[in-house]
Amino acid sequence: MRVGLFVTCVNDTLFPGTGKAVVTLLRRLGCAVEFPEGQTCCGQMHVNSGYRDEGVRLARGFLEVFAGYDAVVVPSGSCAAMVREQYPKLAAGMGATRPGAFAGAHRGRTRFAAAVAAVTPRVYELSEFLVDVLGRTDVGAYFPHRVTYHPTCHSLRGLRVGDRPTRLLRAVRGLELVPLPAADECCGFGGTFAVKNAAVSAAMCADKIANVEATGAEVLCAADNSCLMHLGGTLSRLRTGVRVMHLAEILAATEGDR
Amino acid sequence: MSGTFLGMPAFPRNAEKALRDSQLRFNLRNATHTIRARRAAVVEELPDWDRLRAAGKAIKDDALRNLDRYLVRAEEAVTRAGGHVHWAADAAEAGRIVVDLVRATGETEVVKVKSMATQEIGLNEVLRDAGIVAAETDLAELIVQLGDDWPSHILVPAIHRNRAEIREIFRERMADWGRPAPPDLTDDPAALAEAARRHLRERFLTAKVGISGANFLIAETGTLVVLESEGNGRMCLTLPRTLISVVGIEKVLPTWRDLEVFLQLLPRSSTGERMNPYTSTWTGAAEGQEFHLILLDNGRTNALADEIGRQALRCIRCSACLNVCPVYERVGGHAYGSVYPGPIGAILTPLLRGTATDLDASLPYASSLCGACYDVCPVAIDIPEVLVHLRAKVPHPPAERLGMAAAGWTLNRQARLRLAQRAASRLRRLVPRRRLPGPGAAWTDTRDVPAVPEESFREWWRRTEGREGGDR
Ligand code: SF4
Repeated sequence: MRVGLFVTCVNDTLFPGTGKAVVTLLRRLGCAVEFPEGQTCCGQMHVNSGYRDEGVRLARGFLEVFAGYDAVVVPSGSCAAMVREQYPKLAAGMGATRPGAFAGAHRGRTRFAAAVAAVTPRVYELSEFLVDVLGRTDVGAYFPHRVTYHPTCHSLRGLRVGDRPTRLLRAVRGLELVPLPAADECCGFGGTFAVKNAAVSAAMCADKIANVEATGAEVLCAADNSCLMHLGGTLSRLRTGVRVMHLAEILAATEGDR
Repeated sequence: MSGTFLGMPAFPRNAEKALRDSQLRFNLRNATHTIRARRAAVVEELPDWDRLRAAGKAIKDDALRNLDRYLVRAEEAVTRAGGHVHWAADAAEAGRIVVDLVRATGETEVVKVKSMATQEIGLNEVLRDAGIVAAETDLAELIVQLGDDWPSHILVPAIHRNRAEIREIFRERMADWGRPAPPDLTDDPAALAEAARRHLRERFLTAKVGISGANFLIAETGTLVVLESEGNGRMCLTLPRTLISVVGIEKVLPTWRDLEVFLQLLPRSSTGERMNPYTSTWTGAAEGQEFHLILLDNGRTNALADEIGRQALRCIRCSACLNVCPVYERVGGHAYGSVYPGPIGAILTPLLRGTATDLDASLPYASSLCGACYDVCPVAIDIPEVLVHLRAKVPHPPAERLGMAAAGWTLNRQARLRLAQRAASRLRRLVPRRRLPGPGAAWTDTRDVPAVPEESFREWWRRTEGREGGDR
C-alpha cells in the first residue's frame, strides 16, 4: 500500500513535530510512508474566507500530487474534511459565482470533478486511517500523563470520526484520559474568524479553557494543530501550565522516548 | 426590512459591545443551554428523526421549485373560501396594503399575533406612523414592545431579559398601553404571567382587527396554520372581525398531508416539546369575519435565484440553530442587526436584502463554521455551505485581498512555499510572540504566537530522507 502523507501547510511550516510523529507512528505500524514534495495546501483558508478561485487552484494541486496513492493520511480533521466534504461541493458548483472566471471550459470542470471523485475517497484523517484501514486501536504507545481530548468541529461534525481518537488514546499505556466538559462546543478558532471576530473568538476560547482547567489535565490533545495553536496560545498567555499536543505526538510516544 | 437597523455598525463591533454585557451573556447562556438540552432529549426519542428531516427538506424543496404554481393554487383556494389575496413585492408595498385595510375598517387599534414577517417589514412602525396602534399579544413580544426594545431571538424575543428587568418594564410601561400592572407586582414568574394575562385580556375583548403571520400556507386548501404556545394567537385569530395575515411566499406547503411532517419537526426543534400546545388553522373567511392574505416577497425571489443560497428559504423559523450557535450564545440577537439573528440570520439577511451595507457584508463572517447549526436544522439547511458561498460574493477589504493573493501565490508552488518557510525560520527570532503588527494584533490581544521552528517539515524530510523531489 502506497501511503502518502499530506502534512498540511500549517503543520509543515509551524508544527513539523506533528509530521515527524506521523512518520514515526506509521512506520512503526509497518506502513511505507511517502511525502510527495509537490504538496502545499488544501485551499481551505482561501475557500472558507471567500477566495474560491484561489482555493480551487490549490485543490487542483492537491489532487494532482496525491493522484497515485492508495491512501492519503492527513493529521488534521479540518483539512481532511476540506478535501472530502468540500472538494465535491466545489466540483459541483464550480463557476457558479463567477461563470468562466476559473473553470472556463467545461472540460476543465469535468476533469476537476473526475479527479475529486478519484482521490477523495482515499483521503483519511489520521485516526480514521489507524482504526479503519490499519485496524489498530492499540498502536503500542506509552505516555504516562493525564490527558483531555478536544474533538474539534470538523473532525466531529464534518468527518464524524466519532470515538476513534479517544479509543486510540485509551489504549495508550500509562495515559489517563479525563473527559472534557462540553467537549463538542467550538473552541472559537474558525480560521480567519479568530481575527475577523477576535472578541467573540476569545470569549469562546475562554470558556473552552475553563473547561480544560476543570479537568485537571496536564495535556490538552486534539487532532488539529490550528485549533491547538489558538487554544495553546491562550493557555500560554494565561500561564496555565497546561500543554497542548497533537494526537499523533502522543500516539508516537513510546517507552524508548523516556 | 425595517429601516430602524440602518446605519448600525458591522457585526464585530456590535459583538464586542454585547460581549461586555455580562448579564446578557449569563441570560443567553442559561436560556440557550436549557432549550438545547430539551431539544436534544425529545429528538433523541424519535427513531425516524433522520427520515422526518429528509422528508421536511424534500417537501420544502418541492414547494420552492414549484413556488409559482403552488402560490396561484393557494390564491385560488383562499379566494374560493371567501378571503382576499394581495401580493406585495416589498416591505413598503405590504405596509401600504395593511394600512389601507385597517383604515377601511375605521379602527385605530389592532392586536397582533407574534410574527416574523410583520417584524421583517417593520409593520408596527408603519402602522404607528399612520396613527394606528398595534399591540403585541405574545408574552415575550409584549415585553419587547413595552420596553421599546428589539427582539433578540426568533422564538423567545425577550431571551435577553431576566425576571427582574421584566418586572420593571411591566411596572413602568403597562399603564401607557392599557391596564396597568398591579402595584405590588413581584418578579415571580406566575405573578408576571398573571399581570400580562389581565393586561392582554382587555385588549382581546376590545379588538376589532387582528394581524398575524403564519407558519404554513397550504396550497391545496388555502389553509393557514399558526403554531404558538400561549393561546394568545388563537384569541387574535378568532375574536376580531377583520383578520389580516402577512405571509412570506416561501411558507407554502403543497398539500394538507405535508403538515404532518412539520407538526413533528417544528415543536421538537423549537421549544423541545413533543407536541405543539396551540395549533390554529383557518381557511378563507369565517362567518361574519373578513379575511385578507398578503403574500410577501421582499427579497425572497432574489434568494430563490441563488442556487446555493435558496436552501435558506426552507427555514421554518424553529430557532434550533440559534440555540446551539456558540457565536449567538455570546453576543445575542441584536448584534446581527436584523429580525433574523443567529446562523440563519447570518445567511438569510444578506440573501434577502443584499450585501451593500457594512453590516450585511459582515454577516457571512459571523460564524466559526463549526457546523452545529447544520446538525440541528430540521430541514437540513447547510448553513456553513451558504456562509462560505456568500463570503465568496461579498466585497473583500483590499488589504485582505492582497494578503490572500500573496498567500495563494506562495502556496501554489512548493518551491515558493519552501523559500517562504526558509525566510521565516531565518527571521524566527524576530517574530514577536506577544504583539504582532497589523491585523495580527487581533490574534495577540489574547493569544501567544507559536514559535517558528528552525526547520520546516519538508526541510527535515529532505535532510533525513535525502530525496530530491523535482520542483513544480
Ligand atoms: S435554519 Fe433550520 S434550525 Fe435555523 S431556524 Fe431555520 S429551520 Fe430552524
